[in-house]
Amino acid sequence: MILRPQPQDIKNIGYYSGKIIIGIGLTMLVPVVIALLFAEINPALDFLIGTEIALIIGFLLTRLCFTENDLNWMQGMVVVSFSWLAAMLLGAVPLYLSGHWQSYLDACFEVMSGLTTTGLTLVQDLDHLSYAHNLWRHFAPFIGGQGIVIVALSLFMKGVSGAFKMYVGEARDERLLPNVIRTSRFIWLVSIVYLIASTLVLGIVGIANGMKTANAFFHGACIFMAAFDTAGFAPQSQNILYYHSLFFEVITIVIMLLGAMNFNLHYHLWTGNRREIWKNIETRTLCITLFVTFLIILIGLSEVGSYPCAVVMFRKGFYQLISGHTTTGYMTIYARQFINEWGNLALVGIICAMAFGGGTCSTAGGVKMLRLGIIAKALQQDLRRIILPDLAVVEQRLHHIKEMFLEDRQVRSALLITLAYLALYGIGALVGMLYGYPFLESLFESTSAAANVGLSCGITTPGMPAGLKLTYIVQMWSGRLEFMSVFTLIGFFIAAIKGR
Amino acid sequence: MKRPITCLAPGPVPGVTLLFFCAVCYAPPLSSTELINKAKEYDGKSVVYTGEVIADVMVRGDFVWVNLNDGENAIGIWLDKEAAKEIQFTGSYRAKGDRLEVTGVFHRACIQHGGDLDIHAQAIRKITPGQPVERELNSGKRNVAFILLGILCLVLIFVRRRGRRIAIS
Repeated sequence: MILRPQPQDIKNIGYYSGKIIIGIGLTMLVPVVIALLFAEINPALDFLIGTEIALIIGFLLTRLCFTENDLNWMQGMVVVSFSWLAAMLLGAVPLYLSGHWQSYLDACFEVMSGLTTTGLTLVQDLDHLSYAHNLWRHFAPFIGGQGIVIVALSLFMKGVSGAFKMYVGEARDERLLPNVIRTSRFIWLVSIVYLIASTLVLGIVGIANGMKTANAFFHGACIFMAAFDTAGFAPQSQNILYYHSLFFEVITIVIMLLGAMNFNLHYHLWTGNRREIWKNIETRTLCITLFVTFLIILIGLSEVGSYPCAVVMFRKGFYQLISGHTTTGYMTIYARQFINEWGNLALVGIICAMAFGGGTCSTAGGVKMLRLGIIAKALQQDLRRIILPDLAVVEQRLHHIKEMFLEDRQVRSALLITLAYLALYGIGALVGMLYGYPFLESLFESTSAAANVGLSCGITTPGMPAGLKLTYIVQMWSGRLEFMSVFTLIGFFIAAIKGR
Repeated sequence: MKRPITCLAPGPVPGVTLLFFCAVCYAPPLSSTELINKAKEYDGKSVVYTGEVIADVMVRGDFVWVNLNDGENAIGIWLDKEAAKEIQFTGSYRAKGDRLEVTGVFHRACIQHGGDLDIHAQAIRKITPGQPVERELNSGKRNVAFILLGILCLVLIFVRRRGRRIAIS
């Protein structure tokens, strides 16, 4: 029997969603400040309108649904998935008002792509976009990458025990510090320290590369936010190719790898425990999958003779691989070059890398290294069981922050989420094929959307069918939240209609 | 009136080369989409490409990088520093950049530049000069912003009153 949601459920969900919507409204004030600094009056108005709408809805929700009750698991999950949809709808308002997106759906696509740290874009005439709108495109991943709820947790909530339920709903089930609020603040501290350092470095490199000073630092900040949050947006239409700079490529590779690293590992790095990084199962799995996929890509590129020399092949192949594997989506080639020049084998290599993704509790998407490591360990354990005598006790250990024995519960959970991701990649590819795109291209773009990567082989354009845009929005959303909170929201609506 | 071509080839030019050069110069310009999609076909060949200069003119020694956007994509142009002095406006939110016609050698994966798809310019010509873009205040947006500000103030008053009532009860 399905139980219909009670008024108290609606109140709790409305109240906490309202708080998060207020947070989203306040974050839109950052582009307002930038717009005023660069004397961009109309863009400032776009963001002011966006902020006002968000604040009106947020304040009304917090008052009409006022409650002092704590959230239960179902409510926490629904708040998270609903807030992400609300953030998309509200964050798209200023973008749509700019006139650089051909429809409101395109603006929603862009914001969802940003918040989920994907990086697929439908912007038109990006090279003439205002600083304010460009900043918002890069700031959205910075908010979404750390977690929209984490923003609200860090700003507005002090001692809510339901906070952990929302934190988990955002696909973050690891606490670095005993308190989830302190964990959120640590994540922000790490991100802001890296932001300042990287903006300085990228800004100086930009100036050395011949960029104007203001542009160099603006690009530095934007590129950092999109690289660390594994989003892949760039301020110019050519993406990283715009800079024609090896230094830029090397620095962004480092930032992308940092972004794909579990925040738990950042914590150990910061507290001086560097050995944890090398012992951790995620780092080891990443090294193995990087090596294997790079080998596939190199063989694929050599077979078709894509590049005139080994150095060029290494540089282009490695950059796109790191970008795909960390689920960032930065490109130093044009989208159609993947299809026209890379060949099928190299494409399969990059699709696998995108599907694998980065670390858990990081800003990266995809299946994630911990799950792949667990599945590999489980396979190893089963093989040992077959080989060893029946009476032998076979134990499997793994190291993730601490030494632990592999449990069936962990394997089941890892396999379930992996299966859900594979299904999501497949469904998107199927929809792409229904719209007439070839199999490999559809799979490439679908994997890129669902794993929150952002590499494109040219399907994602403003002219693509609206149905495919909606499919990719759902894929980005479910992929980022790792399914549970999305399934709970769907269940909530079904219960509201069919429940007793 | 056509502006003069800035030729980047130094020294005397033999007759055959001049003929070839003129043929290339008056060949119809190619779009960026065509160059990207048929990169293997055009690799190493002289092409004519037109587009708007966008963002920065990035100086690298005796050369500069400029990126030309033809409305579909932008392509990097490796250009002599002296010739780049002709560029006065670059495209951004505040300006429409100079529109250039570039004649040069197209590289699908340039060995000199780490495999980038680019064009090494031999001659450039400014087709249309750029200009600053005046952006007037959009009064419709201003009015909406004021109306919403009023509504927001009313909501805040409602929220505070209701908050007080809840606190008293």
